[in-house]
Amino acid sequence: MSTTPTTSTDAALTAGVPTPPRRPGDRIFSGAATAAGIGILVLLAGVAIFLLQEAWPAIKAAPEDIPGGTGLVDFIAPLAFGTVLGAVIAIVLAVPMAVAVALFITDYAPRRIANTLSYVIDLLAAVPSIVYGLWGIAVLGPAALGIQTWLADHLGFLPFFAGPVSTTGRTMLVVGVVLAVMILPIITAVTREVFARTPRIHREGALALGATRWEMIRMTVLPFGRSAVISASMLGLGRALGETMAVAIILSVSGVVTFNLISSTNPSTIAANIALDFPESSGLDVNALIASGLALFAITLVVNMAARAVITRNEDASR
Amino acid sequence: MAEPTERSQEYMDSTEKLDRGATAPTKEGPDVTDSVATSVDVQTVLPHEGRESVATVAKRIEITDLNLYYGSFHAVKSVNMTIQPNKVTALIGSSGCGKSTFLRSLNRMHELVPGGRVDGAVIIDGQDIYASNVDPVAVRRQVGMVFQSPNPFPTMSIYENVVAGLLLNSRKTKKPALDEIVERSLRGANLWNEVKDRLDRPGGGLSGGQQQRLCIARATAVEPEVLLMDEPCSALDPVATLAIEDLIQQLKANYTIVIVTHNMQQASRASDVTGFFNLEQSGTPGQLVELDTTETIFSNPANKATEDYVTGRFG
Ligand SMILES: Nc1ncnc2c1ncn2[C@@H]1O[C@H](COP(=O)(O)OP(=O)(O)OP(=O)(O)O)[C@@H](O)[C@H]1O
Ligand SMILES: [Mg+2]
Repeated sequence: MSTTPTTSTDAALTAGVPTPPRRPGDRIFSGAATAAGIGILVLLAGVAIFLLQEAWPAIKAAPEDIPGGTGLVDFIAPLAFGTVLGAVIAIVLAVPMAVAVALFITDYAPRRIANTLSYVIDLLAAVPSIVYGLWGIAVLGPAALGIQTWLADHLGFLPFFAGPVSTTGRTMLVVGVVLAVMILPIITAVTREVFARTPRIHREGALALGATRWEMIRMTVLPFGRSAVISASMLGLGRALGETMAVAIILSVSGVVTFNLISSTNPSTIAANIALDFPESSGLDVNALIASGLALFAITLVVNMAARAVITRNEDASR
Repeated sequence: MAEPTERSQEYMDSTEKLDRGATAPTKEGPDVTDSVATSVDVQTVLPHEGRESVATVAKRIEITDLNLYYGSFHAVKSVNMTIQPNKVTALIGSSGCGKSTFLRSLNRMHELVPGGRVDGAVIIDGQDIYASNVDPVAVRRQVGMVFQSPNPFPTMSIYENVVAGLLLNSRKTKKPALDEIVERSLRGANLWNEVKDRLDRPGGGLSGGQQQRLCIARATAVEPEVLLMDEPCSALDPVATLAIEDLIQQLKANYTIVIVTHNMQQASRASDVTGFFNLEQSGTPGQLVELDTTETIFSNPANKATEDYVTGRFG
């Protein structure tokens, strides 16, 4: 191999030969993409600035002027606690279920059943949250009474099931279950897509070694889909954190901080609290509510950044 | 047991020397003292150790009236052949004539394709692998496979890739035994010297040829009786290809090997027996046209189509 062509190319490059002309299509597309990217950032910054501006009076205000009379932190803390608690219950219930359903669709079910099932699950994602709320309070709450009593009787030593059991079923546990059902479709849909894209050569490589179907899934499908499961869970978590109507309808609230999931005294969530109180609020109360919204914004942001970090670390590890 | 070919000997010697030059004092005991001994070692040590753990007596495969289908499409028609143990059987034939389909029917991978259907018998060591009481998982454990493109598990390290098959089906193997198997399999695949210092690195970080040898080590670590290879060198450069061919020569001491290849030179160099598959015309099922010793197929085939194909006058 001769080195002459390389040298001459190098010389040509350093001599500042003009780069090939860029096609108009390329320019338009890259311009549009850049504009969209910047637009998103501006929008996000705009929301943050708005929240901060409107929350500012409440942040500056004297503690006794804030609803509750003991300051902004005391006002927001139980709400933030309730928000996170409900969302965590939802994630804990929904993620294993979603992964199982996704695997059933991609790997176990006969094709006809798999197609029908994925269609139904996609439909579930389109059901408005108010419907889930109504279902929660009218059907699931009363139906869950027996289970909640059983939990209190048999697992009452755990703080989660200490009781006394709410007779209406309007508990944090029911909210968590309803939220789980709400976020199940989105998590299932995303993980299913990725599981199905596991390269065939890896699946077959595992099977050719004498792996059973479950072993093949553990060796190839799950590692391949891991970061997708995390991303999907974060999508679901985001939705659960921000869910308003279902929670507002179901939960009987009393501003406490408790891990007791089945009693009639429950912390509210930020979003539900805003929805319920905003219409009757005025003056500084509005600013306090917006400050709680700012807190929700921050929680969501932190959750998403944490998810990013986890995914990046996973990807590095698998390189 | 076959003697290593002249070229094989040279290749191994040179890699051994190169390696020794690079990493001065290694603590590998007897291996370091004699390079010729090492290349022989690989061959003599393997069957002994194999016999101690799992019986790796290479097996004869008898195929009677095998028909393969994809849904309603008849892909391969009435194959009858016997595949000899401790021999390399090459399958050649034009693209789309059903070589891969046939190969995948020997370890029950064909039925994994939606619509894949098998009719006929494949008898390995007296047992029809398609008998109703036979577990396909057990068949695949006995009949290993190396694929066209290297497919190490991307999330696993080199070490984990090699032991992947050993840890299946809740088999328990102690760590020291695993270490030994990893070293033996990687040595057997002529990869040990290149990766021994980075066994914990991902298998995907190796070069294509190294990855393919890793896949061979992975397939041989479970000590199958038969090793199927579907164009194992098609993604590799000539040097890596020769390395794999040498490896195949060594492996046939312990295994029955069936290899699909488009490379006529490879078939003539690396195989003892060659089977030629052909299509009468597209849309018709592929058939085994001729099966004979590699020498006969390439010098004096009985069938005109075979002759045209091996001499390059086809199509
Ligand atoms: N998954 C599949 N579904 C349907 N038909 C298939 C499938 N795989 C292969 N076929 C068909 O079966 C026939 C044999 O294919 P096969 O892959 O066995 O050929 P091959 O001899 O291995 O070819 P090549 O040398 O190109 O690899 C072809 O006509 C092909 O189109
Ligand atoms: Mg093929």
